[in-house]
Amino acid sequence: MADEPTSKQPEKRPETSEGQPPARETSAQKPAEKPAGEKPVPPKKEAPPAWPKPLDNEMVRRFRQRFGDAILDALEDRKQAILVVAAERLREIAEYARDEEQFDMLTDLTAVDWPKREKRFDLVVNLYSFPRNERLRLKAAVGEHDQPPSLAPVWAAANWLERECFDMFGIRFEGHPDLRRILLPDEWVGHPLRKDYDILQQDTAWVRENLGIESGQ
Amino acid sequence: MAETPTRHVHFPGMDTTVLGADEIIINMGPQHPSTHGVLRVKLHLDGEKVIGSECIIGYLHRGVEKIAEHRSYQQFAPYVDRMDYVAAVSNGLGYCEAVEKLLEVEVPPRAKVVRTILTELQRIASHLLWLGTHALDIGALTPIFYCFREREEILKIFEKYCGARLTTHAFRIGGLQYEVYDGFEEDVKRFLADFDRKIDEYEALLTTNRIWVERTKGIGVLSAQDAIALGVTGPVLRASGVKWDIRKAFPYAAYDRYDFEIPVGSNGDTYDRYLVRMEEMRQSRRICLQAIEDIPSGPILGKVGKVMKPAPGEVYHSIEAPKGELGYYIVSDGTTQPYRVRIRPPSFINLQAFDTMVRGHLVADVVAIIGTIDIVLGEVDR
Repeated sequence: MADEPTSKQPEKRPETSEGQPPARETSAQKPAEKPAGEKPVPPKKEAPPAWPKPLDNEMVRRFRQRFGDAILDALEDRKQAILVVAAERLREIAEYARDEEQFDMLTDLTAVDWPKREKRFDLVVNLYSFPRNERLRLKAAVGEHDQPPSLAPVWAAANWLERECFDMFGIRFEGHPDLRRILLPDEWVGHPLRKDYDILQQDTAWVRENLGIESGQ
Repeated sequence: MAETPTRHVHFPGMDTTVLGADEIIINMGPQHPSTHGVLRVKLHLDGEKVIGSECIIGYLHRGVEKIAEHRSYQQFAPYVDRMDYVAAVSNGLGYCEAVEKLLEVEVPPRAKVVRTILTELQRIASHLLWLGTHALDIGALTPIFYCFREREEILKIFEKYCGARLTTHAFRIGGLQYEVYDGFEEDVKRFLADFDRKIDEYEALLTTNRIWVERTKGIGVLSAQDAIALGVTGPVLRASGVKWDIRKAFPYAAYDRYDFEIPVGSNGDTYDRYLVRMEEMRQSRRICLQAIEDIPSGPILGKVGKVMKPAPGEVYHSIEAPKGELGYYIVSDGTTQPYRVRIRPPSFINLQAFDTMVRGHLVADVVAIIGTIDIVLGEVDR
């Protein structure tokens, strides 16, 4: 499945160059023409990756001053502020963000799986501030068996969001009032949004027992 | 927390092992016409009064976020239409804009304005469907026929524009796939011309109707403080008195060009949410009227390659969908397929406020409260 687009590209290229000869040819010709002219250097636009950039502003300094080493990094990606924080202190930092920095709404909470990293999950918390009309993203690396603190005591909205995160990734939040699966059945085995959970995979035993069919596919 | 008597019955913070003489636990849905899909609600009742509730969701879970990781950026676009399937245009707009932000592509002005018009028409269509079904749930049979009459006109415009009525896939990453058809402006103008009088008609049926007022005023009250803590967005948040709309807070598409008001309520009850949505339809009409007069000429598709490979990184982009904040958090690893797509569905998060809103009310009000949150289960479960 994952190979699909990459294997299709070489096949598709000849088609598109036939279907759209002018666009393709001019773009192919341009670099060839220019070196022959005056400036050989400019077309070579191997710019360094534009994002993420380090972020340093008043707010980041306040966070750094308050939490020191727990603020691991401050970044900007596509003009959006990201604070990389230590997972153990996530709740404290969230409380501070809510009370002192006026990030009063938890917009979203989710995770991203990076199986090759030492701590495989990135917990991603999107915050919004009504008074400042600003967004802030907190990110914390969480290992497979770590138990990051639940944000449900800070924002009631975190309740279902953390349940979904547990359901899909298997991250256990410490101090969550009611950590159960939310979208999948309670007895389901496996966490589907992990990268090692194949797209065709399912809990066949559950499907057979509860739905009376061999496969849900 | 006490052990629950049966496997599924579980009310956080409530001892359900011992029920009082008048207490009962009943199940509502997932096959129930007023749940607007397959929502299942467990109600803990004392007589006819609701003292606790639990929503059981996931019946429509299709793993949209997992599918996204196995499709290219363009291939995934049609899937988003199948989340909030009564507002597919808005879903598509949010996704396309998020990918454009990730690619750092500028959309031509013409595409932006056409997008705005179609999205606002979609908002009207979505609110009309909400109004019709919500009134029907409460027992007013008439409005749904009027609402569907007008909604049909909007769907006809969509059909003429892109060939589909519901799952439209109207936009493409970078702009529009299709130029507007001949007579598009006239069709939209004809629809808008008397739409305000149509809204007056609906209001004449309901706004001062004594039964409607009795059934909605003071029902399902959500304070502004609770709404913010629960992350509620959209008309539900605004009815609680918080004047916040992403179209104003972070203007996207062409919204910064047009004048419109953000209606707000004050009581946070079902009646206020009704008034807010009615006024939103008038404001959507106002935006469309301004936009349709002045569609810029020019290209409809920005500079996007046939193979999209955004630079590694991540972006969060959200729009004001008819039901609230619809956000897309996309992580790119530099390949043609997104590494992760997280969809922040407004219905899912707004539904979490259901328990707060329903406590203390009667069983008949449960139906009104489900309707007033305006959920679509395709989006809740994804």
